[in-house]
Amino acid sequence: MPGTSRDAFAAGAARAAGERRKRSSTPLVPADGMPPLPTDEARSAPHRPVPQVTPTASANATTVDAVVRERRPRPVLAGLTNVGEATVTQLPTTRGSDRAAGSTRLTPARRTGRRTHREGLPIAEGALTSAVSAPDTSIAPELSSLAADQPTAATRVIESAATAEAAGASAASTVQASTQASTQASTQASSQSALQASPRVRGDRTGTAYRSRARTPDQAEISESLLASALTQQELTPDIEDIVAAIIGVLRTVAAASGLGADEVEQAVARTLAFLRRRLTGDYSVDDFGLDSDYIENIFLPLMRVLYRQWFRVEVRGIENIPAEGSALIVANHSGTIALDSHMVQVAIHDEHPAARHLRLLGADLVFRTPIMGSLARKQGATLAANSDAERLLSAGEVVGVFPEGFKGVGKPFSERYKLQRFGRGGFVSAAVRTGAPIIPCSIIGAEETYPLLGDVKVLARLFGAPYFPVTPTWPWLGPLGLLPLPSKWIMEFGEPVETARYGAAGADDPMLVFDLTDQVRETIQQTLYSLLMQRRSVFS
Amino acid sequence: MANVVLITGVSRYLGGRFASALSKDSSIERIVGIDVVPPPHSIGRAEFVRADIRNPMIGRIITQAKVDTVVHMNVLATPTAAGGRVSQKEINVIGTMQLLAACQKATSVKRLVVKSTAAIYGSSPRDPALFTEDTGPKTMPTSGFGKDSVEVEGYVRGFSRRRPDAEITLLRFANVIGPGIKTAMTDYFSLPILPVPMGFDARLQFVHEDDATAAMLLAVRGPAVQIVNIAGDGIITVTQAAAMVGRPAVPIPFGAAYLGSLVRRAGLADFSTDQLSFLSYGRGLDTTRMREVMKFTPRHTTREAFLDFADHVPPVLPGADTAASLLGRAAGSALQSAGGLAGRIRQVAG
Repeated sequence: MPGTSRDAFAAGAARAAGERRKRSSTPLVPADGMPPLPTDEARSAPHRPVPQVTPTASANATTVDAVVRERRPRPVLAGLTNVGEATVTQLPTTRGSDRAAGSTRLTPARRTGRRTHREGLPIAEGALTSAVSAPDTSIAPELSSLAADQPTAATRVIESAATAEAAGASAASTVQASTQASTQASTQASSQSALQASPRVRGDRTGTAYRSRARTPDQAEISESLLASALTQQELTPDIEDIVAAIIGVLRTVAAASGLGADEVEQAVARTLAFLRRRLTGDYSVDDFGLDSDYIENIFLPLMRVLYRQWFRVEVRGIENIPAEGSALIVANHSGTIALDSHMVQVAIHDEHPAARHLRLLGADLVFRTPIMGSLARKQGATLAANSDAERLLSAGEVVGVFPEGFKGVGKPFSERYKLQRFGRGGFVSAAVRTGAPIIPCSIIGAEETYPLLGDVKVLARLFGAPYFPVTPTWPWLGPLGLLPLPSKWIMEFGEPVETARYGAAGADDPMLVFDLTDQVRETIQQTLYSLLMQRRSVFS
Repeated sequence: MANVVLITGVSRYLGGRFASALSKDSSIERIVGIDVVPPPHSIGRAEFVRADIRNPMIGRIITQAKVDTVVHMNVLATPTAAGGRVSQKEINVIGTMQLLAACQKATSVKRLVVKSTAAIYGSSPRDPALFTEDTGPKTMPTSGFGKDSVEVEGYVRGFSRRRPDAEITLLRFANVIGPGIKTAMTDYFSLPILPVPMGFDARLQFVHEDDATAAMLLAVRGPAVQIVNIAGDGIITVTQAAAMVGRPAVPIPFGAAYLGSLVRRAGLADFSTDQLSFLSYGRGLDTTRMREVMKFTPRHTTREAFLDFADHVPPVLPGADTAASLLGRAAGSALQSAGGLAGRIRQVAG
């Protein structure tokens, strides 16, 4: 029927047109403004409510109360197991009913120890009130009145509290405490129940004894699960105290063993503890580049000093060429397979310079991509070798260190030792010129001999995504021992600063000037290397 | 000067905060807040209009109310807020497109204020330590919020080209944090145990929610400043942040991507891959323009903003603060006894 369908289309079109007309004619915003929405004045509540123990506990108490009130008119002595089961069916929470099902089995045992409970009650009650932590005070009188009220109170406490178990861990600890306390009371005071519960009467097959035995694992299970959920800070504190005490003991022993005086031992221990505290609470600061001076002073420098003083016996010359304040760009040769030289320059400038300055190294992006290495480099104050970062550091008046040879320098074979590689594209020079920072050439000898690079396994390097895979006389043959550097004697010479301020910021855009300065710096370092090598009598002394 | 202000995304937390803050300014004649759902919070004297910015009807609202300042705060950061990634993208990208088309048409619109994000800078090991407004990202954000924001900024650039008479202020916010706001970051730092990429310790920068609102207010009432980064002073690392919220950080060795799918699949936090590379490499913003051009000074540093958030999450690591206080006390007593020893030695020597 084509006619009908055409009609339907027409009707639809008319409807649509009407809607569009209506839509465009009704004002969306009334001219005189809309009445404001009925909004609550209070700022919307924090979406993450701080857990409030008190309301939970009171809710808890009402549940307990309800259960108790419900149960009170029943004939208590008529058959406790029955009552227990009856309760199970009426328990509001399913989790609670599980627990209660467990506890109904306890009931007969309680009955046998009824007299005992009367004696044990004060203890149980005391344990109860002491076990109840502050927020639970609302529940405490309820429980203790219960306990005083009827001999089977303990059972009830278990049941009712188990009902409310889901409501709060602190309540749970109460239950646990009360069950334990009452068990103790019963076993201690009553010879009868003690006999029944003791292993000596295991052969006794009377229902009560059986049940009382059955109770034990049950209860253990309950208390264990409850204990797990109720591990509060108070319970943990002794453990932590022990740990702290142990740490202090170890620190004292170590400090004493390293030959410090008693006075120094205590100070060293105090410093370490304060450091640990800061680390644990995040109470230290890092700068915009990620330099963590707390880590440098307390971990990095002390570790590196051992290498610097005892292992490499670094001799520093010309440290006075580094200004006490204001920016400077230190340009050094890079060598030694593992870039230990950068760390040693860092220690030298911090320890030998009167102003104890932090050297800010510039690293390749590979450094920051590598896990652990990247984050440690940032902590030590290194940042990406890019013009933006270099200029930012230099304009902030920092001492910046750069190894323009990069991986070509560290990964060159031993046969090419002390031959400078290409100095990158001279980006460091343009950064120095733009900020007017003096360039200080730094020549390091000794680092080449720490890990003589005999070969490079290209396949493995590709596999690990590393620029080279070194083979040295000891690595990888000796395993981790091959990582131990050879104890060569190092000399580090800081040369005369090359002033760049006179070129002005515009000089940075003159490639010829940048090449010239790069060459000048490179030649200075190369010549100083040769003269230092001539002065050196032996590699190791 | 703003006279009639239209705020999009008014039913979201920051939008609502901003609307009620703007309501206190009596010089503004009228505030219209639009969103697809009614606001669950107070929006001050702003009139709520239930409208979708993806619908061309938005243009008629702007013309009828003679809006002169449009504040676009409706770029959603998490797919859950929108009901899935598809509709998130729809709201963010198509919504902005429609809104800006409407603004371009409406002659009354004199200023556009857009709340953007630092996520457009991406996060990679090749990043400079601090991003300035004119630094491009080293790696373009490839997914989620960051990618959407890049497209949103593209539309804003297009708008400024076609309507050169309109003033533009585009604020790129660092991660907004505070006691009230709920973001992927706050979800993450509320986890009982923090899975972190092993071997990385990203630098994080935050801006307090109050500062974010204040910056938006200044953008509406102050001079137009074009693109400005907004962040609190300083940096904290992921490790530090974990210590500050009292949660153990568990390093996950399988790289950021794995961690992301782990966290996402477990439904713990709504993390896109961009946010995960953010957790590995971090990001810092240069706020020179914020201080010198916009003349805005945040009241909270990054650290203070995070601490304000940390004070409102329940502690889960029992004993961390106890251990810390014990260590502090032990350090103090060790120093004391050291002093005492030194005194005694001096006595003996003297």
